[in-house]
Amino acid sequence: MKTRADRRTPEDTADKAGHSRRSERPRGETFVWMTAMGLTVGLTMIVFLLGLVVTNGVGVFWPRRVALVEFREDRDTRFQGGTKALGVITIEQDRDVRDLTIEQSESPHAADRREKQLFLGNRDAFGQAFSFFPAGDIQSVTYPDDVIRAERLEWGDALFFPVRLEMEDGTAVEADDPIFHSHLHRLVEDAAARRAQIHRIERYEIGRINLQMHQLEQEERYFARQDSLTDQQRSEREAVAGRMDELRAEYQPLADRAAELRSKQQRDILVYRLVTGEERSILVGQIVHHYYPNRLGVAGRAQIFAGQLWRFLSGYPREANTEGGIFPAIFGTFVMTLLMSVAVMPFGVMAAIYLREYARQGLFVRAVRIAINNLAGVPSIVFGIFGLGFFVYFVGGGIDRMFFDRALPAPTFGTGGILWASLTLALMTVPVVIVATEEALAAVPRGVREGSLACGASKWQTIRYLVLPAAAPGIMTGLVLAMARGAGEVAPLMLVGVVALAPNLPLDGLFPFIHLERKFMHLGFHIYDLGFQSPDSEAAKPMVFATTLVLILLVVALNLIATLVRNHLRKKYTADKF
Amino acid sequence: MNDKRDSTFAASRGSGEIRQKRVQVGQRQKQTGNDAHARYIQVRDHSFFYGTTQVLYDLNMDIPERHVTALIGPSGCGKSTLLRNFNRMNDLIDGISHRGDILIDGRSIYDPYLEVISLRKRIGMVFQKSNPFPKSIYENIVYSLRVAGRNRRAELDETVERSLRAAALWDEVKDRLRETAFSLSGGQMQRLCIARAIANRPEILLMDEPCSALDPVATGKIEDLIHQLKEEYTIIIVTHNMQQAARVSDRTAFLYMGRLIEYNDTEKIFTNPTEEQTEAYVSGRFG
Ligand SMILES: Nc1ncnc2c1ncn2[C@@H]1O[C@H](COP(=O)(O)OP(=O)(O)OP(=O)(O)O)[C@@H](O)[C@H]1O
Ligand SMILES: [Mg+2]
Repeated sequence: MKTRADRRTPEDTADKAGHSRRSERPRGETFVWMTAMGLTVGLTMIVFLLGLVVTNGVGVFWPRRVALVEFREDRDTRFQGGTKALGVITIEQDRDVRDLTIEQSESPHAADRREKQLFLGNRDAFGQAFSFFPAGDIQSVTYPDDVIRAERLEWGDALFFPVRLEMEDGTAVEADDPIFHSHLHRLVEDAAARRAQIHRIERYEIGRINLQMHQLEQEERYFARQDSLTDQQRSEREAVAGRMDELRAEYQPLADRAAELRSKQQRDILVYRLVTGEERSILVGQIVHHYYPNRLGVAGRAQIFAGQLWRFLSGYPREANTEGGIFPAIFGTFVMTLLMSVAVMPFGVMAAIYLREYARQGLFVRAVRIAINNLAGVPSIVFGIFGLGFFVYFVGGGIDRMFFDRALPAPTFGTGGILWASLTLALMTVPVVIVATEEALAAVPRGVREGSLACGASKWQTIRYLVLPAAAPGIMTGLVLAMARGAGEVAPLMLVGVVALAPNLPLDGLFPFIHLERKFMHLGFHIYDLGFQSPDSEAAKPMVFATTLVLILLVVALNLIATLVRNHLRKKYTADKF
Repeated sequence: MNDKRDSTFAASRGSGEIRQKRVQVGQRQKQTGNDAHARYIQVRDHSFFYGTTQVLYDLNMDIPERHVTALIGPSGCGKSTLLRNFNRMNDLIDGISHRGDILIDGRSIYDPYLEVISLRKRIGMVFQKSNPFPKSIYENIVYSLRVAGRNRRAELDETVERSLRAAALWDEVKDRLRETAFSLSGGQMQRLCIARAIANRPEILLMDEPCSALDPVATGKIEDLIHQLKEEYTIIIVTHNMQQAARVSDRTAFLYMGRLIEYNDTEKIFTNPTEEQTEAYVSGRFG
């Protein structure tokens, strides 16, 4: 048997080797590396950003242990004059060198140059919720078993040692009583159920009456403004007054019922002791929920986590948005994005069809196309200003004058609202849809169009039956891009209807169910409001991350839906030839 | 007439359907008269321009009804352009213009009162590159009925079977009519396009190199098909394949650089052409 080398002459081998060394040099590979590097940089940044948002956003709801920190007697660090502090250790980091004394910077113990941040809670008692302490001054850190962390309706969370429950009937249960825990638990649950009931009564039942009364009041004011009334108007005015009385009669029992429930919320009192030794008390009705953070196992923590997450997603905001949930913002963003899609799709698609299929391709169409592309680069705030001037003042004002003249001067549509915000964003994102649709239309093979026309179809039939279905996946891609851009936009929305705290949802159980004129909350604006407008930015930080995460997830979910629809369409209408 | 055609008649005689058609054909012949029959499509001094480039020069030809007419000539000589003028497919292109006229059944296709859509409904077209619609096999075929507003289920079903049988595709696809047309092979797709072109019973069938992408077996099937179809349709076919032109056509037109060099019975063109250029081309000495 000969090996392969045996069969070659020496020159042959040398020649081949030299040749292959020249020709097989991986010429294109530098570009592979460069493109890969570009991708890597992009991916790293995205992963880093997402990681930051996810860890910080999800971490907010994970119940962490509460530490009892004792300071060294021989150092100066004190908390509220005492040597103890109670809190969740949130950060451990090196201290800023400029804050160090000479001894500290030369100290052999590294701990002297470090510090710990504690979440203290009890803003009502301590003034601040967070504080830094030098790590070197800490004598010991323990995790006492009986600490309670309670979320309150006001003043944020409280961390304390329970003392006793004082019931309305004069009895009391001491904290060391074995039934104390279950008792407290039951009272808090009852209070939460009552709170939900009050919410229902006030928001929906009384809310409906208020809405009608508000409209009637506007009518009344309108009649009062008139110099003289016709007979018909006079009888109308009487009808309004009669209806008003009816509503007042309906209102009273509901208000009484709410007041009764409210008074029940005031009955039971929890007395607790702060780490400083001070005793305080709180109405059980003020406690949203509570748990013993140092008694929990993993399963217990997961349960608390799920509960907190759920309250965050489904609850209404409290205390200038820094506490409670973000449901109205999620809902507002969702409804606005849907309205925007509904508005942007037909406009964008129709414009693209005209441009690509009907318009004579010439200089003018080219100019229009360039203008559309450039429209995508106009700063979004400009669209906001346009929306304010055109939609809100011009169109909205016109609608008010025509249909809601009795409510004037109070504006109905003549002020920012979810409809105008959606239309403004639709205007902003329409170039994306037009460009994507045009490309999708252009990609439909000419043969298909000719085949259709040769079958005796009209141009519109060709578009309707063949071109649009074939282009549908591409159009959906455009919609995905438009939604991603629209849902994440904040600046223009501030001008045309987003508010930090909207009293009502744009969609609810009250006739006519969808209230296009209402102001609404939006996740993007909520982030801005929390991060830059709240009094305690440190306290708001976790909420900012959590809200950001929700916004990202919402956009991802909307895109996912659109992508699924697109893939479905793609499967239905296209397949590889041959 | 030659033996080729006779043998095709024999082949098609098995089908009662086609015999029935021949009766109708005979009736139509009586109505139009023999002269009109021989000059069913009349091309009169027809010139055609893409923008300022002239691609057809003063063509004159009479195309007989229910015969196969082949257009041959070297690449770029204007065969497709002429073919696409018959159903005004070139209207889609910007900047075209024409001189002269084309009459079908005595009426100008450029008549401003004639609707292009109604013209195209009378003319089926098979393209050089098969172009099935991104729909099911069934929907592909009934498309021309649907756009005409005919949606009766029974009629559609009947059309699908008739057209697919005529295009010799029925047996291969009858169990998968609801599948996408893209699941067919290249040759099957081309036959599907033929079935689609005849679904609405047009009078004229235009075929632009229908076999250029097919293997000899599929080509043979399509040629058989053309033999059968000319019982009912007037067929104009563009081909680069001289043998094919000789096999399927009754009349052959040789175009060269936009001019009609010779137009005569196929037998004559291939055995005893008048023009030297024609002889050179059909014998493969140029082109
Ligand atoms: N859309 C168009 N615009 C401008 N010129 C065109 C257009 N289509 C065809 N032509 C030109 O017209 C002439 C005739 O083209 P045509 O397609 O009719 O040739 P053909 O005989 O079918 O050729 P082939 O056998 O290669 O298909 C060619 O010179 C071609 O370049
Ligand atoms: Mg051609």
